Amino acid sequence: MDRKTLAAAFPVTVPVLMGYLAIGMAFGLMLQSAGYGVVWAFFMSLTIYAGSGQYLGVSLLATGASLPQVAFLTLMINFRHLVYGLSMLEKFRGMGARKLYMMFSLTDETYALLSSARPPEGVEEHDFYFCVALLDHSYWILGSVIGSLAGAALGFDTTGVDFAMTALFLVIAVGQWKAAGSHLPALLGAAATLASLMLVGAEDMLLPALGIIVLVLTLMRPRLEEHRTGKTKQEAGT
Amino acid sequence: MTLTTGQAIASIAVMAVVTFLTRALPFLLFDRGDHPPKLVLYLGQVLPPAIIAMLIVYCLKGITFASPAGWAPSLLAGGAAVALHLWKGNDLLSIFGATVLYMVLVQGVFG
Repeated sequence: MDRKTLAAAFPVTVPVLMGYLAIGMAFGLMLQSAGYGVVWAFFMSLTIYAGSGQYLGVSLLATGASLPQVAFLTLMINFRHLVYGLSMLEKFRGMGARKLYMMFSLTDETYALLSSARPPEGVEEHDFYFCVALLDHSYWILGSVIGSLAGAALGFDTTGVDFAMTALFLVIAVGQWKAAGSHLPALLGAAATLASLMLVGAEDMLLPALGIIVLVLTLMRPRLEEHRTGKTKQEAGT
Repeated sequence: MTLTTGQAIASIAVMAVVTFLTRALPFLLFDRGDHPPKLVLYLGQVLPPAIIAMLIVYCLKGITFASPAGWAPSLLAGGAAVALHLWKGNDLLSIFGATVLYMVLVQGVFG
């Protein structure tokens, strides 16, 4: 990667720089208030690299969730990534060893950038993608480290900072609501989860909820497919 | 901390591996020019909104109705997140505005 590639990629990533610094800082603060310091923040952001996944991770660590629970919830929250990969098959073809990193770093934001951004004249396409992915990842790590250090140094009362996770999901939901051809999946998700909460309680609510959701969506396929807009619209959010 | 250091490292490793798998799976399954099954494509489109809705309910599961302190902060801050986002459409503003409001509500107003 040369300076020319970097100079082409950096301006494209500025919105993600702002976003990741802010959301990463909230993550660092949350993690700090759960009793895990800057080394934990750094390694989680380096190795997991998922916004909503790591927000959820904080509550999983704080509540001492079992490993199967951790695996299941991480799978659920990242399920949307399956769709991202499908639309990047062509783009990443022929990237050799760097392709592993491109797959690893395919967050919502990087996906959004790679879907739209084109390298300028004279910059090799794959170098450009790689550079965008690498810059985004470094912003995320930087944001979480800053948040963690700030949480430790300022020592202010961070009670309630975990609401950032709820707010993030609400923001993603608003975007999805606006882009969706049909609101039935979102309404079904809420209704099924509420029903599950009433029936089995807060501890084990997610697995039954997900079962109902997948079953009903599969049954409703003929009806919902008429509503489809034909293209995958994903809103930003991590 | 409820977990030992080893358990916490194991949890983080599981999160990292599972996250990577969700991102790598399409490449492992469909990179040879095969077309993904239609059901997979369909679920890939309709599941995300349902799962986000599920997670919102999950986040709000601690709401109680015994006193305003049990529900008002979540509902007010949640409403603020939605309103801010419909108004400005800026992720950061919506998330930070709502979180700060929530912190003020739980620490000050209803604290």
